[in-house]
Amino acid sequence: MKRFQATESVDPEADETGLPWLRTWNQVYLLVIIHFVIWIALLVALTDFFS
Amino acid sequence: MSPLDFVVLIGSMLAIAAYGVWHTRGNRGLNAYLKGDSKTAWFAIGLSVMATQASAITFLSTPGQGYLDGLGFVQIYFGMPVALIIIAAVFLPIFRRLNVYTAYEYLGRRFDKKTRLLGAALFLVQRGLGAGLTIYAPSIVLATVFGWPLDLTIISSGLVVIVYTVMGGSSAVTVTQKYQLAVIFAGMVTAFCLVVAKLPAGLSFTDTFALAGGFQKLNAVNFSTDVHQRYTFWSGLLGGTFLMLAYFGTDQSQVQRYLGGASLREGRLGLMFNAICKIPMQFFILLLGVLIFVFYQFESPPLFFNATLSHYLAAHRSDERLHAYETDYQSLHDQANRQLKEWLKARQDGDRAAAATAFAGALTAHQQGEKIRSEAEKSLSQISSTTTATDADYVFVTFILHQLPHGVIGLLVAAFFAAALSSKAAELNALGSSTTVDFYRPIIKQDATDQHSLVATKWFTAFWGLVAIAFALYAHLVENLIQAVNILGSIFYGVMLGLFVVAFFLRHVGGTAVFWSALVSQALIFFLYFTLTISYLWYPLIGSAACVILSIFLQGFFNLIGEAGNGNAT
Repeated sequence: MKRFQATESVDPEADETGLPWLRTWNQVYLLVIIHFVIWIALLVALTDFFS
Repeated sequence: MSPLDFVVLIGSMLAIAAYGVWHTRGNRGLNAYLKGDSKTAWFAIGLSVMATQASAITFLSTPGQGYLDGLGFVQIYFGMPVALIIIAAVFLPIFRRLNVYTAYEYLGRRFDKKTRLLGAALFLVQRGLGAGLTIYAPSIVLATVFGWPLDLTIISSGLVVIVYTVMGGSSAVTVTQKYQLAVIFAGMVTAFCLVVAKLPAGLSFTDTFALAGGFQKLNAVNFSTDVHQRYTFWSGLLGGTFLMLAYFGTDQSQVQRYLGGASLREGRLGLMFNAICKIPMQFFILLLGVLIFVFYQFESPPLFFNATLSHYLAAHRSDERLHAYETDYQSLHDQANRQLKEWLKARQDGDRAAAATAFAGALTAHQQGEKIRSEAEKSLSQISSTTTATDADYVFVTFILHQLPHGVIGLLVAAFFAAALSSKAAELNALGSSTTVDFYRPIIKQDATDQHSLVATKWFTAFWGLVAIAFALYAHLVENLIQAVNILGSIFYGVMLGLFVVAFFLRHVGGTAVFWSALVSQALIFFLYFTLTISYLWYPLIGSAACVILSIFLQGFFNLIGEAGNGNAT
């Protein structure tokens, strides 16, 4: 089975996100975490309010 | 089902499958079959990852979970954002840099052949068995809809999936999953809107939530530290992170999806898309089940949603004891219904005391009804050995068949089929790929050409499809389907993850140490599973921790022996 050439030698940190406001991957990850925390807060509020 | 339902069902399924075959007609190479054409954009990868995880079981069984247990099941996904960030930041760049076909190839390069084979074997065993459950779920729908024997349904639908997967390969899997997800979302959104529309007039949004909350169906987050409780915030966040890390990072059915991306960026964004969408998506699917619960407080629900139990009950109406269960249950449900109507009126009149009294009455009647249902279920399972499945898998199907209009029934059955095909195709594609790349090529036929390997992959894909069918024939013996899939994964994923954690982060540990540590850790997990009663979400964490810690000690021991040996030699 032939092996393919390595597709990328890009430094993972230098890889651009291509997103307008989130230039680095750390910013993207931070957005995901903030979104997660907001959802947890909403679910906790739902649990407390209607129980 | 009406002719309109059949047109919607068969038309949408055939159109998507035909498009997949047409779109990939020029792909004849091994690379395209195993990894797609490596041009896939992030949105397609995101949908493909989502479609692979969200099988028919997700859409069939999760609303039933919401109906019976409320929103608590959403906690299992709390670990997913963190897990996907770790995979995007650590796993994916390494897999892409080494340009591997399977995740286990990386283990072979980092450690040795035996560790690669162990990782691949753990994947094949657990995914091969899990694939059986993926076939079983839509088969229940068909068996319920058409009244066919379940075994025949499993075999026939399984064969359809095998043909589709063997023809398609990875490229077709990704292409068709986009459209299959469109059908799934169209079906689920339509069902959600119709459930809301079917709620009684005068029941406002807050009334609906107050009713569901009063019956403890909106308890989404539980901060209990009791390890015996299955779904808690902690088991979801800690155990769930390890479960998701193992599933998305080491399960070839997922790795194969994001390795097909055009670049590292596309793969990462596809994973982040899932990190953001999964919890809201599962929340709304569970909420759909909760709304169906509210709906059935004002309509007559069957004593059992489980079609097998219902049919048995219908066939034995002359049995006075069984008949009494039904009439008692109905009487208590009517009582609860009356109390809820009084509660609603008192609530609208602003009479809090009357509302509280009426709701307490409804709750008591409901609990008594559930007790009768539980007793009836126990009696039936003593009488008939074929009545073991839980209600959760049948709640949504029953609601669809009895409450939704024609056309929508066809759309939802098509949605279940689409979900089954999309996840099944990805699983079989991964099983076939791993068998060829990790076992057949390195052990049996080392000089295999690309064309030979392609044919071998197709045969192995078909083989695993048949194994899945065989396992599906026994799936009715397990408890609620979606839990069964997760439990199965939890038993194996921990050690698989442990292998990769050692590979990525403990550079000084070698293949022999991690190999034996993984074997001992897997034996430990089996032992704990059969002796402890803790939530299954903890097993991935325990398994990976055991594998990592044992590897460190064992490597230290090997080093010590080596040094002693060297010392003696000198």
